[in-house]
Amino acid sequence: MSSAPSQPGRRRFLNGAAGAAGGALLLSLGVGFTARQAAALPANALRPPGALAENDFLGACIRCGLCVRDCPYDTLKLADPADQVAAGTPYFEARKVACEMCDNLPCVKACPTGALDHKLTDISKARMGLAVLVDQETCLNFLGLRCDVCYRVCPVIDRAITLQRRHNERSDRHAMLIPTVHSDACTGCGKCEKSCVLEEAAIKVFPIALAKGMLGRHYRKGWEEEEKAGGSLIGDQTQLPARRPEDSPLPRGVLK
Amino acid sequence: MNAPGAVRPASGATGKSMPLQPGHEAIASKGWLGAHKWLIARRLVQFTVLGLFLAGPWAGIWIVKGNLSSSLTLGVLPLTDPFVLLQSLAARHWPAAAALTGVVIVMLFYALVGGRAYCSWVCPVNVVTDSAAWLRRRLGIKTGKVPSSATRWWLLGGLLLASAATGMTVWEFVNPVSMAHRAIIFGGSAAWLVVIAVFGYDLLVANRGWCGHVCPMGACYATLGRASLLRVSAASRSACNDCMDCFVVCPEPQVIRPALKALNGAGPIIQFPECTNCGRCIDVCSKNVFRYAHRFDQRSA
Repeated sequence: MSSAPSQPGRRRFLNGAAGAAGGALLLSLGVGFTARQAAALPANALRPPGALAENDFLGACIRCGLCVRDCPYDTLKLADPADQVAAGTPYFEARKVACEMCDNLPCVKACPTGALDHKLTDISKARMGLAVLVDQETCLNFLGLRCDVCYRVCPVIDRAITLQRRHNERSDRHAMLIPTVHSDACTGCGKCEKSCVLEEAAIKVFPIALAKGMLGRHYRKGWEEEEKAGGSLIGDQTQLPARRPEDSPLPRGVLK
Repeated sequence: MNAPGAVRPASGATGKSMPLQPGHEAIASKGWLGAHKWLIARRLVQFTVLGLFLAGPWAGIWIVKGNLSSSLTLGVLPLTDPFVLLQSLAARHWPAAAALTGVVIVMLFYALVGGRAYCSWVCPVNVVTDSAAWLRRRLGIKTGKVPSSATRWWLLGGLLLASAATGMTVWEFVNPVSMAHRAIIFGGSAAWLVVIAVFGYDLLVANRGWCGHVCPMGACYATLGRASLLRVSAASRSACNDCMDCFVVCPEPQVIRPALKALNGAGPIIQFPECTNCGRCIDVCSKNVFRYAHRFDQRSA
């Protein structure tokens, strides 16, 4: 109160500080929200092998591009601010250039922060995404032809993609060989999408979160439980007699 | 536009007719080269750093890989930017060994030569904002409003909080500094808009606005260099003729006065962490008041 001379200076300082603080914190908030919105990954953008889950990745990746530099096939690129991928982060588009799945994982080794997890040492364990045969109406194998290209180019052939035989209902005399993806082996390299012969690929690789469903945690599969327990969990079941006219044959598959 | 008042602040100086541009007297007494020595050195260093990064993608000579956020030199020397790694830490990611080693090396280096030496000797945006400041001076632009120079400190803190809240390195979504460098080295078009925005801001809205008031990266480096060994000293301060040229060219003019005018018995060393050690004051002083020194060098005349 008494030391009047210092007061105007102090007030000016406090006003200035409040202004700076308010402005800066508002800007931080804005940037935070912008980041949240910009963090959504489009369906056709895939992260390099070993990338942490997307949210963790955006906290860990410092956007230096060392993975891009060490990719021998120029598959990876850094996102431009105009792209839909978070600016400066590495990604690839399978339809343009697929991952060649180098055995020595140069991109992972180059990452200085571990945004590409250095614990990944076997490329076949990479999960960059998951292939999904999205369009059964245009896939040539679904039309009854023998294209098989996605199956043939798959680096994990016969495990990540298998051909499942099915009766062709249309011709009623031929077989269809349906490309079928198995998530326990598919690395998401994108070779299948890249090689699909259609104008627009019928098989696409999506980020795992987009491609994969999840069972309820409490679900149990009866047949697996039965095998684990070495027998039925609910004891012997009473067989009820099938009611039918005396001489009509049993439908196939029904127990006598 | 050519009135002297358009290009210099009211100085309360001696009333003799003053030259148009700062450094005029220095050029007369030391020659053009002598009055631009450190500026030329700085541009050389800045463009050499860029050249080292570009030699790989342009000529296939891989000396330095990566960018200023993190790089690897000759396959052995990792260097990592402290502010981007701080954001990552705030986002609760513990970085791998290379990034940690890199950040320790960078921190030790700038703790020695002055944190903001990064700003004036390495950062590519410095060329942009220096040009804007030069043009603003030339055109006599006085418009706009300068934010408090404390904004950067609050922004530094606010962005680390935002990183912690979102789990992401939030500033890197918009950071003009890393965007500019990435655009130069990795290509990219939209990033240039951000650089143009910074140029326009400094030219039309706030004199030395970006680097001197807003940039939280600069604030982080300033913190690093708080006790740096290399400093600018107003060693021959008694020779000062109050021409004000150093204040006009200095990107952080508030740092000069205590050392130059011996306020409250201050020594000749410019102690403020905001000083970028750019050496422009050394260049433009016709009386050779300033020189580089170490922080314990209290000799003055």
